[in-house]
Amino acid sequence: MPGLGTSFGRGGATTAQQDLQYADAVLIMGSSMAEQHPIGFRFVIKARERGATIIHVDPRFTRTSAMADVWIPLRPGSDIVLLGGLIRYVLENDRWFHDYVVHYTNAATILREDFKDTEDLDGVFSGWNEEQKAYAPDTWLYEGAPMSPAGSERHHHSKESGGHAKDRGGEAGQLGQFERDETLQHPRCVFQVLRRHFQRYTPEFVERWCGVPKDQFLRVADAFTSASGPDKTGAICYAVGWTQHSTGVQIIRSAAILQLLLGNIGRPGGGILALRGHASIQGSTDIPTLYDILPGYLPMPFAGKDGAAFEKYVSMHTTKKGLWASFDTYIVSLLKAYYGDGATKENDWGFNWLPRVNGDHSHFGYWLEMADGKLEGLFVMGQNPGVGAPNGRLQRTALAKLKWLVVRDLVETETASFWRDSPDVQRGDLDPSEIETEVFLFPAAGHAEKKGSFTNTQRLLQWHEKAVDPPGDARSEPWFIYHLGRRLKERARLAGGRCNEGLNALWWDYRTEGKQRDPSVEQVLQEINGWRTTDRHLLDTYTELKADGSTACGAWIYSGVYAGGINRAAKREPHGRYGHGWGFAWPSDRRVIYNRCSARPDGRPWSNRKALVWWDAEKREWTGHDVADFKNDKAPDYVPPDGATGDAALSGTAPFILHPDGVGWIWVASGLKDGPLPTHYEPLESPFTNPLYPGRSVNPAAKKLERPDNPYASSPDSRFPYVLTTYRLTEHHTAGGMTRTLSHLAELQPELFCELSPQLAVELAIRHGDWITVTTPRATVEARAMVTERVRPLMIDGQQVHYVGLPYHWGFRGLVKGDVVNDLLAISEEPNVRIMETKALLCNVRPGRRGDGAEPPWP
Amino acid sequence: MLGKILERWPVYRQLRDGAPGTGREAMSRRTLTLGPKNNGAEIARSICPYCGVGCGQLVFHRGGRIVNIEGDPESPISEGHLCPKGAASYQLLHHPERLTRVKYRAPRAQGWTEIPLERAMDMVAERVWATRERTFIEEQDGHLLMQCHGIAHLGGATLDNEENYLYKKLWTAGLGMTRVSNQARI
Repeated sequence: MPGLGTSFGRGGATTAQQDLQYADAVLIMGSSMAEQHPIGFRFVIKARERGATIIHVDPRFTRTSAMADVWIPLRPGSDIVLLGGLIRYVLENDRWFHDYVVHYTNAATILREDFKDTEDLDGVFSGWNEEQKAYAPDTWLYEGAPMSPAGSERHHHSKESGGHAKDRGGEAGQLGQFERDETLQHPRCVFQVLRRHFQRYTPEFVERWCGVPKDQFLRVADAFTSASGPDKTGAICYAVGWTQHSTGVQIIRSAAILQLLLGNIGRPGGGILALRGHASIQGSTDIPTLYDILPGYLPMPFAGKDGAAFEKYVSMHTTKKGLWASFDTYIVSLLKAYYGDGATKENDWGFNWLPRVNGDHSHFGYWLEMADGKLEGLFVMGQNPGVGAPNGRLQRTALAKLKWLVVRDLVETETASFWRDSPDVQRGDLDPSEIETEVFLFPAAGHAEKKGSFTNTQRLLQWHEKAVDPPGDARSEPWFIYHLGRRLKERARLAGGRCNEGLNALWWDYRTEGKQRDPSVEQVLQEINGWRTTDRHLLDTYTELKADGSTACGAWIYSGVYAGGINRAAKREPHGRYGHGWGFAWPSDRRVIYNRCSARPDGRPWSNRKALVWWDAEKREWTGHDVADFKNDKAPDYVPPDGATGDAALSGTAPFILHPDGVGWIWVASGLKDGPLPTHYEPLESPFTNPLYPGRSVNPAAKKLERPDNPYASSPDSRFPYVLTTYRLTEHHTAGGMTRTLSHLAELQPELFCELSPQLAVELAIRHGDWITVTTPRATVEARAMVTERVRPLMIDGQQVHYVGLPYHWGFRGLVKGDVVNDLLAISEEPNVRIMETKALLCNVRPGRRGDGAEPPWP
Repeated sequence: MLGKILERWPVYRQLRDGAPGTGREAMSRRTLTLGPKNNGAEIARSICPYCGVGCGQLVFHRGGRIVNIEGDPESPISEGHLCPKGAASYQLLHHPERLTRVKYRAPRAQGWTEIPLERAMDMVAERVWATRERTFIEEQDGHLLMQCHGIAHLGGATLDNEENYLYKKLWTAGLGMTRVSNQARI
């Protein structure tokens, strides 16, 4: 979540789905919300019924477009051109919210003299190291921020490190000191740098490179920006249509900049709603099964760097001001939750038992290691990379290099059966009689057969109760992990030795219950919430955490979910505008975060119509429709005393309490690996070179991971003249493991199809319903032609560009089968979060079925 | 006699009473005795397992079996609504392809064999232990590593918070695995 995380402080949607109904305009881009999040889309419709303008920007006309007031198609991969065009429009037409921008953002902050923009350096920011293909971000810091000694700690921006944590490089600690020019006239203030940076993103430029006619663009720009101000707000919704690009994080950054300029963050009917595709994908980042972070966005230590010593780790990630000033309380409490009594001050709370990361250990990073025979074992839990991950041929064939594979799921997924009925076996790439891999396929419990909490798209934890036991030998994940852990701890106890010290200390004495001996899930949630180690008294909030070992807490941002000894995720008594009393939103049940922004600096609402929280001068506390995302008794006129630290060092007008300067970051000085501002780069495969910087066509920090089993087209490539985009349907879920075996859903969407325009169909002599093949350098798939005006050719730079769209749900198992569309994609990595590019690549389309020799050979 | 036979014929009753054919006149003796399948069932409050919207679900169950899954009208997010996927979630838990036994595939085998759950757990524990012993590195290039580099994990976005917590705790804090990843990116 670094797009939102670096801009605002927390890596989660800033608002709640219900809040969309209060918007005066809703911009949906990078999402077909009506199809992928249909029940959440109700609130967009409610907004429309109240008079809001709904804008949908998407290459394809979808059911979302059908319900919108305006739909504009744009060329896949040109999102930052359009959003940059909107930012420029706001600046040049004085549509920005002056008082909000001056007080609540870093627009006034002055930057260093040695910073150089992409406009100065032909496509890279200052600090670019061509050899390492990485940035040293020192010149992005604020003027006056002290440099670290010799810049020696900037390692986290190396190519291996991840970007989920709040501050990979540790620079944020330096950002509490800065100079500001509130007239916004200083040539090096963020506002002026931003203006110059986006100067070339004119309506004409948008028309030429997005394919959006100038008058359409101006109409949309006017509609969205005029729906913002003291008595109006606009919201932005996005999904993987933004994230799955080689510039994914920077696309979201563009939206963050736009919303900060318009004063739409932390206000009712405003915000940025990240729409997530899985029941707990937000939860699985907050409490991560990810390589580069620990729960609550604490960084995983890196070998030899912040992992060298506990003291160094803590000092690098502690800021003087804002909530990260208490970093030591978060990490010590986590280590106490992990290692219990084994974590002591003398052994640095067991910090040295934590493994150190020393490379790219993300999905794609380690999958390539697997393909090269460097891994022995793999656990796959409720995910189906054999269908859902890019370059499916590589994904599946790499599994054959393992010694053992454990899959846990409700059905036999394509991942579990790669060795027997995959297309790779049929093609002869894999021979079952030669595959040494042992495969264990465990039956999993469904959601109604176990209890636990999901965190939904709006940071809301909702508990689901257990109705019945799972059937046969099916078991819940807690059962599996608990009983496996028990066995391994027993071995560790007998074996001893340095490598088993952590495993021996690991606190694992969960109560078990029921005839299947499930561990107590409530007890796990209590551990996540946090308790006093002396008497197991449950904590009410993260401010109670201590760094002296007297508290344990599994995820500081979730602290409060068990406040008062009550499981608040299970609460079902909604009241008020945001349904408080139903579930628990992190942090501290705040539903619209940064909501201090909904009041003026003096604490009064910007307008009655847009009141959310405000200062009650009599009671001397914040009050309103939501829990204030602010210290409840910190007055608007509070001025931090000299030498104050933490939250006390932030003034009464500083709404972004995670940031050391307390404001929203139009400019991201620390935490991103591909620049402090978004810049347009072409997709990794594109029919065009970058019109802004012909010498820097693609995001220089992105990784193509090109190799014989992961080849690319050139840009442009006469063999692959069309643009390909992939997407999902309402009736199936991602890789289909939870839908293709259900007759009701299989019947609704039985077959793979490819959407193409009538113009392209004529050119290629394809009729609606014909078989066609789609080919990329990775693979060929066959599909039925869906000839439709929902996709239409775009005029880009005077040239007609055709694109086609494929939904990706099918595979070789289930009631309905079809070719694996993700076989067409390349494995690639966006620099910050290592996401692949699925929304814009190159392909060829031909009539007819997949046949002899049509497929690219497998190396 | 004829009257009694006619009386059982819904069309007759409809014509006789001038009724629209949507009420009791259209019912047979059997259908008159039928009630909703949810009647008398216990309710577990649940959340839809598909996308991130987080719609509320009511799981009706009786005698250890689920009888129906419906939208929860009290949810402030979904107010009783479900999309096609959520509405099909009863079937997600009850369909012929659903796994209920552990399947095992031996090296170079051409097919699956079913094995007992406890034995499968022992076998997995043994594999994990052996791989960890082979691939654990305490230090490298003079730096502390404490890393088990031979085992990886994938998945989490469909799992509960408590499940992700326990996986990260055992895998990373316990075993020293760093190659842990899931669907979540941004």
